Amino acid sequence: MNDEIDRIFHALADATRRDIVRRAITDGHSVTSLAEHYDMSFAAVQKHVQVLERALLVTKERRGREQLVRGRVDTIGRAATLLQAYEQIWAQRALHIDEILAEDTPKEQS
Amino acid sequence: MTVISVEKDTDALTLTFVAEFDADVDRVWQVWEDPRQLERWWGPPTWPATFTQHSLSVGSRSSYYMTGPDGTQAGGWWLVTAVEAPTRLEFQDGFADENGDPVDSIEPTETTVTLDSVGGKTRMTTLSRFVSLEQLEKLVEMGMEEGMTLAMGQIDDVLRA
Repeated sequence: MNDEIDRIFHALADATRRDIVRRAITDGHSVTSLAEHYDMSFAAVQKHVQVLERALLVTKERRGREQLVRGRVDTIGRAATLLQAYEQIWAQRALHIDEILAEDTPKEQS
Repeated sequence: MTVISVEKDTDALTLTFVAEFDADVDRVWQVWEDPRQLERWWGPPTWPATFTQHSLSVGSRSSYYMTGPDGTQAGGWWLVTAVEAPTRLEFQDGFADENGDPVDSIEPTETTVTLDSVGGKTRMTTLSRFVSLEQLEKLVEMGMEEGMTLAMGQIDDVLRA
């Protein structure tokens, strides 16, 4: 597993952040409007959004004077998952190449 | 064989896989150049490949098919776009129909292979570039052991929860 997956799991380990992702998947929300849903300061919500941004789970889009938080779960979840899977294909290939190389006699081969 | 590093770029959709083999560069080049050796490792274990045409020269097209667990055959092709034997190879790899003709609806994967001599061993770097998630998904579907796909699906589930 790579850092990116670690960051995703860490980001989703918190109930507030999961809730933010859920809201931001369906529609863009400003941090101010998100903050209305939680019993915490604007700054605290802002921090949660930053963690999600670093984990590539949300992105901020500028609309007029506002910045809207939008979920990127589908894209990123799928891309990370698929690339992880494709890595396994190469890992298998490398193992098989190694088996072919191991058949060579230890001394010389043309 | 040691896997040295793996880098994934989820925005650019690239995968860089670096492995080191206990053999010299000329020998590792052979596993790419010789179709009989290539077909022993190119296809996934559940979809072994058979190359019917293959040569590493610029502009040359390779043809192959992979045979699945239920006997289904899936065709593929390479177009070699750059060669510097025995250290560098670039090619496109795409799907083919039953006649061996390229399927245009799925973009080919572009791969760059470099072989470097490092202390008597060979470091092989493969950079795979994908155009779309649909293309990548199709490749993974064919190339993956079921268990691995399931494990990966669990991450998706967590993300969707």
